Amino acid sequence: MNTFTRRGALTAGALAGLAPLARPAFGQARYPIRPVQVIVPWGAGGGTDATARIVAALLEKEMGQPFNVVNRTGGSGVVGHSAIAQAAPDGYTIGMITVEICMMHWQGLTELKRTSYTPLALMNEDPPGVQVNATSPYRDIKALADAIKASRPGQFKASGTGQGGIWHLALAGWLGAMGLRADHVRWVPSNGAAPAMQDLAAGGVDIVTCSVPEARAIIEAGRARSLAIMAPERNPQFATVPTLNESLGINYSVGAWRGMAAPLNLPAPIAQQLTAAMQKVWNSQEFKDFMNARGFGMKWGDAEGLAKHMEQTDATLGAAMREAGLVRG
Amino acid sequence: MNSLLEAIAMVSTVEVAIAILASAVYGMVIGALPGLTATMATALLVPITFYLSPIAAVATIITSSAMAIFSGDIPGCLMRIPGTPASAAYTDESYAMTRKGQAELALGASLWFSAIGGIVGTVALMVMAPALAEIALSFSTFEYFWLSLLGLMCATLVARSSPIKAIAAALLGLLVACVGIENPGGVPRFTFGNTDLLGGIEPLPALVGVFAVSEIMRAMVSPLPPPIPSRKFGSILAGQIDLTRRFQKQMWRGNIIGVLIGALPGAGADMAAWVAYATSKRFSKTPEKFGTGHPEGLVESGAANNSALAGGWVPALLFGIPGDTITAIAIGVLYMKGLNPGPTLFTEKASSMYALYIVFILANLLMLPLGILMIRVSRHVLKVPRAVAMPLILLLCAVGAFAIGNNPFAVVLVAVFGIVGYMMERNGYPVAALVLGVVMGTMVEQNLVSSLIKSDGDILPFIERPISTGLAALTMTALLWPVAVWIIRRLRSPERAR
Repeated sequence: MNTFTRRGALTAGALAGLAPLARPAFGQARYPIRPVQVIVPWGAGGGTDATARIVAALLEKEMGQPFNVVNRTGGSGVVGHSAIAQAAPDGYTIGMITVEICMMHWQGLTELKRTSYTPLALMNEDPPGVQVNATSPYRDIKALADAIKASRPGQFKASGTGQGGIWHLALAGWLGAMGLRADHVRWVPSNGAAPAMQDLAAGGVDIVTCSVPEARAIIEAGRARSLAIMAPERNPQFATVPTLNESLGINYSVGAWRGMAAPLNLPAPIAQQLTAAMQKVWNSQEFKDFMNARGFGMKWGDAEGLAKHMEQTDATLGAAMREAGLVRG
Repeated sequence: MNSLLEAIAMVSTVEVAIAILASAVYGMVIGALPGLTATMATALLVPITFYLSPIAAVATIITSSAMAIFSGDIPGCLMRIPGTPASAAYTDESYAMTRKGQAELALGASLWFSAIGGIVGTVALMVMAPALAEIALSFSTFEYFWLSLLGLMCATLVARSSPIKAIAAALLGLLVACVGIENPGGVPRFTFGNTDLLGGIEPLPALVGVFAVSEIMRAMVSPLPPPIPSRKFGSILAGQIDLTRRFQKQMWRGNIIGVLIGALPGAGADMAAWVAYATSKRFSKTPEKFGTGHPEGLVESGAANNSALAGGWVPALLFGIPGDTITAIAIGVLYMKGLNPGPTLFTEKASSMYALYIVFILANLLMLPLGILMIRVSRHVLKVPRAVAMPLILLLCAVGAFAIGNNPFAVVLVAVFGIVGYMMERNGYPVAALVLGVVMGTMVEQNLVSSLIKSDGDILPFIERPISTGLAALTMTALLWPVAVWIIRRLRSPERAR
């Protein structure tokens, strides 16, 4: 089976190379007339990859042409994001972009930013939760917040991802909203959310900020508790977890989102067609079932919605990163 | 009992049978191709699992990964090109056996002890999963630091060259592991403004480069070696009963090491193979035979990497924490199929769990006939003229490296590491130690820095926790033992001279 998909991807690549020759002179009467390449900047097997693959499979059904997922990894996501931005804007190369596009340019890692793309649709967003060990004395977020305020800087340790990663910024932003310095709770960099949750269960750190689905198994095993999520409203799948706003009155929300985008200057008719197809995908039962099974948050935004969402994230994260001393250049 | 019957009914469907058989063949082929790993075999299966029933979906992952880990030994043995990083520890050993005309014994040992390792690992999963998971969950970064340090120290044990050269090679590997932004500081290091270097250098291109490409370069500059007598392979399993009897202790030790290391999240089959090989050599009565085509280390590490595979499912099933990269993918599939990881999986979904156990056992039994078939087919590789084989292997290396992330930069890396590996071997530096440095470097650094941040720079917590104390003592003993032996010898020898 694998060889087939890979061969498909290679063919798609080869066809993309021939595209300018093959395109009919009278323009884009029909789209798509050949397979479309969907670039994923992250590795096969991860959450972004799985989401992209289900979207691609459903788009294929919707538009009648194969949508081939190609993982372009490397450079902490920079390589894949560049590949999407630099492809020909003919609708035959699109990609799934992630929240990192609103972070990397602040760190001076790349010139790419949200305006380097034609936004198509926002498909998902996972807000971070605040998790503590099941034996922790803090029963609710208020108790934890009070304890953090009363602690000396660096006494509390938190983890969830690498230094400067999205969940680090979530913590920094939350601390900022409470009027504390971004490093009042010390960040312990980890190799992702799963090792961080394990360290939480092992008693290595006090707090883990990561999305609730990532923490779900340990919580369900009774080893950790989720005290709050940093989102405007509760997650229907984890309805018992309150938002920061309800319990602390802090209206701070930031999340890891995934969206579909194409290179800049994609012809408007194609963009509209793709957005319409993605809306159908997003509303389909299959997509809902998949997202619910994985515990991924459903958040829709059309082209304009994604653009606005990116603008907002960019500003929020930029501020959090400046606060945490991560902005360069 | 009822759930066991239910489980048997769940497994004995046409869909599951086809899924197991097809994914077995698929895993066997992918694993045998240099550069294509068991992890990749699993990742590429995910879109297919969308369309399968829960048991069939998980069965494809279990089966294909087990097959791929075994068949990764085949190119390593026949051509000195490890198919997966888990095979790298004993590639030189099994290749030496092939040069001695014992290819079928070496491959047979890989197969036989892989299957045994897989089954022992499964039994451990069935009987001790909660206890093992408890151990795994008590590991914090302090414990992982000592463990990864121990793993790194295997570099001097597995190498046949002088310890100094082995340490130098491992240090070079550590330097390579420093590249990129994925370090605890989140700061780009040694990237020279290059986007591709930002993500760091992954072990796989380094592995393919230093083993396979350097071997091709060596073949190009050396005269044609006396051809390995072309003959039909003898019975593949015949020698194995004897090996099992001779190296029973090693086999069990390998299995135990595999299960324990496999159950620790983040360690996995690669590390299990290295540690098992090093342990085998350290406690062997004939350590001087290691690396010359001696099956002892092969038995222990071959068993270890397959039992680690089953061990990796322990934390995955109980806490949704991936034991290795393969189970990381499997967890996603479990969620999608409604088999949410957690203790309830063992109580509420007991029949599904039993079904998975049955699949594990079936997969490992199926490994024997399919493996024999695969070995019989692949022996023809030895007959291919070198002028034909080498370019093909080079092509495979390039394709495999590219396939990791569809990134041409990986192909460049393979070439660079090929040259580095060639130079190292010419001068007697073991390339295996370099690979170990690359694999363990990130782990050592990550855990050291995280631990120091947690303890506010204090080193006392490194030896305060019960398990970390034990691991620290073990590390120190392993580190100081050779020095102690040297001092004792120095003190004794003048007396004898008198």
